[in-house]
Amino acid sequence: MSNIPSELKYATSHEWVRNEGNGVVTVGISEHAQGLLGDMVFVELPDVDDEISVGDDVAVAESVKAASDIYAPVSGKVIAINEDLEDSPETVNADAFGDGWLFKVQLADEAELDALLDAEGYANSIDED
Amino acid sequence: MTNKTVLHAKHIEAGAKMVDFYGWEMPINYGSQIEEHHAVRTDAGMFDVSHMTIVDVKGADAQAFLRKLVINDVAKLDVAGKALYTGMCNHEGGVIDDLIVYFFTNTDYRLVVNSATRVKDLAWIAEQSAGFDVAVTERPEFAMIAVQGPQAKAKVATLLNAGQLAAVDGMKPFFSAQADDLFIATTGYTGENGYEIALPADQAADLWQQLLDAGVKPCGLGARDTLRLEAGMNLYGLDMDENVSPLAANMAWTISWEPEDRNFNGREVIAAQRAAGDQPKLVGLVLEEKGVLRTGLKVVSAEGEGIITSGTFSPTLGHSIAMARVPRSVKLGDTVEVEMRKKLVKVQVIKPSFVRNGKKVF
Repeated sequence: MSNIPSELKYATSHEWVRNEGNGVVTVGISEHAQGLLGDMVFVELPDVDDEISVGDDVAVAESVKAASDIYAPVSGKVIAINEDLEDSPETVNADAFGDGWLFKVQLADEAELDALLDAEGYANSIDED
Repeated sequence: MTNKTVLHAKHIEAGAKMVDFYGWEMPINYGSQIEEHHAVRTDAGMFDVSHMTIVDVKGADAQAFLRKLVINDVAKLDVAGKALYTGMCNHEGGVIDDLIVYFFTNTDYRLVVNSATRVKDLAWIAEQSAGFDVAVTERPEFAMIAVQGPQAKAKVATLLNAGQLAAVDGMKPFFSAQADDLFIATTGYTGENGYEIALPADQAADLWQQLLDAGVKPCGLGARDTLRLEAGMNLYGLDMDENVSPLAANMAWTISWEPEDRNFNGREVIAAQRAAGDQPKLVGLVLEEKGVLRTGLKVVSAEGEGIITSGTFSPTLGHSIAMARVPRSVKLGDTVEVEMRKKLVKVQVIKPSFVRNGKKVF
């Protein structure tokens, strides 16, 4: 079983969300997801200032195996993207929950966080895959 | 029922992620297939290829039989140990499999065919051998390890005895030698120097461990695929199959048309296709922007549509490459388009060969 930090929230589509406070969250994909995809070769990120809504396909993680859409787990405005992934997409493999983060969002509605899974819920959703 | 090679435990020990490969449980990678790929391009890597099928063909009619069975002409082989890449076709001119033929004498040959096609290959070979004085014997008691990369030969050399070293000394590409229990061939599927070594199955785990100790990196099927694609080598089932002419699979060079009276299987059909010039062709595609060309994607050109037969990200080049079957009138150097994720992207058409001996070749 891969690592699933308990302080994060998750979407069933394998994105994680870290609450940074002041209505800002960081989004990435889980260690489980990067393991399924294999070596990452390109990561396409949204643009800063993009307005995104829950469920939008906002990014693409392209690995040696497949291109996989990444869906917005929350709604709001993109305020930062992880530009280091442009040159080092493999960071997503090496540190999915840390340096492999994808983008940061200024939340439109903090209540959306409550709709996401906790670590246990996400672990159960993986088991059902 | 899943087959396991004799090296299965060594793969697990090395942390392999195992997958089903046509009924064989094989390593896809041991962590990172890109690192494994680079190890082969820059140093030395090894692959368990024990699932491949070794078939010995011996007997008074061995040469005559193989001159019918395969599209290249084994009569061209006159130096013991020489290897020949070719295909065997059905009577409709479709490729049943691609294979390597090793020549020892006119009555003694070895074939190495794909594992995915083992059952139909053996059935076809048996059927075609009717009327010939030959014995066809599968050799499942052998394991096979491919050691590939610029340092592969040097690292293998540290494990060989004096007699074995003498046997492989100065061996040119596409040769083989039996040296004690090791059948050592300068063949491979990566575009690098190295060996493919067949040996009794009960010795394979020891050799694997010795290679590991000599600094050879275990590599899985993932790296094997990106390496062979960079080298422009076909993968059976993707780049060609029974419904594809060798002319449409970049295999024309493996056909020997002379002498004219050699009646190999499929000759009539393939000769007519050749005369008509109506077969599509297999080309290389290069995408230098972001994205990865994938198997099955549609190719759009002014000359008509085509399809990507194999596509991948090239770790050596840092962008995507592919092999595609396109209309024959598409020219090398042309720019065509591929439909990717609902968009058309421009790609360049080149010969299907991208990397050899660690270097870009286009």
